[in-house]
Amino acid sequence: MSRPEDLLPPDLYYNDTESAKYTTSSRIQNIQASMTNRALELLDLDRPSFILDIGCGSGLSGEILSEDGHIWVGMDISPSMLDIALQREDVEGDLFLADMGQGIPFRPGTFDAAISISAIQWLCNAETSDVSPEGRLRRFFDGLYASLRRGARAVCQFYPKNDQQRTMISQAAVRAGFGAGILEDDGGTKNVKTYLVLSVGGGDITGTVSKMEGVDIEDGRKLREAMHRGKRKGEDIKGSKQWILKKKEKMKNKGKIVKSDSKYTGRRRGPKF
Amino acid sequence: MKLLTTNFLTCAVKTCKTSPLSFPLHFKDATLERTEIDFDPLFMRNLLPRVNWDALTTTATELGLQALVPAKNPVDVVEQSRGDDGDIDVQAEAEADAEGTTINATETNADHEIEEEILRRLHNLLLETGVVEGKLVCGNCGFEYPIKEGVGNFLLPAHLV
Repeated sequence: MSRPEDLLPPDLYYNDTESAKYTTSSRIQNIQASMTNRALELLDLDRPSFILDIGCGSGLSGEILSEDGHIWVGMDISPSMLDIALQREDVEGDLFLADMGQGIPFRPGTFDAAISISAIQWLCNAETSDVSPEGRLRRFFDGLYASLRRGARAVCQFYPKNDQQRTMISQAAVRAGFGAGILEDDGGTKNVKTYLVLSVGGGDITGTVSKMEGVDIEDGRKLREAMHRGKRKGEDIKGSKQWILKKKEKMKNKGKIVKSDSKYTGRRRGPKF
Repeated sequence: MKLLTTNFLTCAVKTCKTSPLSFPLHFKDATLERTEIDFDPLFMRNLLPRVNWDALTTTATELGLQALVPAKNPVDVVEQSRGDDGDIDVQAEAEADAEGTTINATETNADHEIEEEILRRLHNLLLETGVVEGKLVCGNCGFEYPIKEGVGNFLLPAHLV
């Protein structure tokens, strides 16, 4: 399937016709609604909050935020999308025409939470030669980190093109200071939904998510650590008795003629005259 | 654009990030509009501690609404009056929490009954009053962010990013 990210910049791709198509399609509406609900579940807000919606588009996700009693502020780069949001009646949030890759123009500690549905993969595109995906990602996550309250959480659902993009985005988030984790719904299928779950100043994200239903944790750090440790433990120092015995065993198994083991195996010879 | 939102907006230009003049942004040629939003005391209580009162006063004065802004953040006023017996209060509240919500409600109601009216007025000002047309100007670099139909344009030209 073709990706809109590969065709045009977001402000041009989502023109009047495309925005209208996007907003009226019941399939997209359903998917967006379910993803927003999932994101809200992950945010786990216990009171009416002030939320930033990054890439709010025509306000499909904002509508659900309003239903839950939250007040939200939306940012989007496509004027057509925002135009449709203005025409729709149930959009209560404040809208901004802004590029998330240029940072988040809010003062520190503004929001209780942030949500982003199908948007941040656009950051991996650089439309002009004077910006780079890395720079845009850094600016975005730095700005987002600053604009969130301590202990706040952000959930960004996105469509990574490949593993490389996925790592690039999550690494940029970690570099900005977030505690980050990636959650996949319907992993391994065509309908996989990737959520980047971020926490500000809260350190470990896995602890907070692990209590929720239907979440399996695959901790990348532990895996890496275990591999590291295993490697160090399993490997004998070259030339040691252990190593020699292992080698001899291997050769014996190959059918080679090997001297039998004795108490002298692997021992140093005495000093020479 | 709600007055509440403008209380949190800063200039997006990189060099303005460090300047104290870049916040709050100043209104120019603003047209106001009132939209109705459900009043939610919980949200107001959650948000008020974060509102920058000096900035709000400045913004309201620019729009000619200074009469609607109390001199002090109601949250600060409550905290000050609690200052003397703060510890006991906290304890009492914790106990009430433990015993159940009904007791909690009666406990806190006494505190907030006076506030309810103030909260409602602030809700009116912060959430229901908005700017539909006009400009926001940075006090540091002078960059103008146009507002059209309530949507602020915060796209920056490449040389300012």
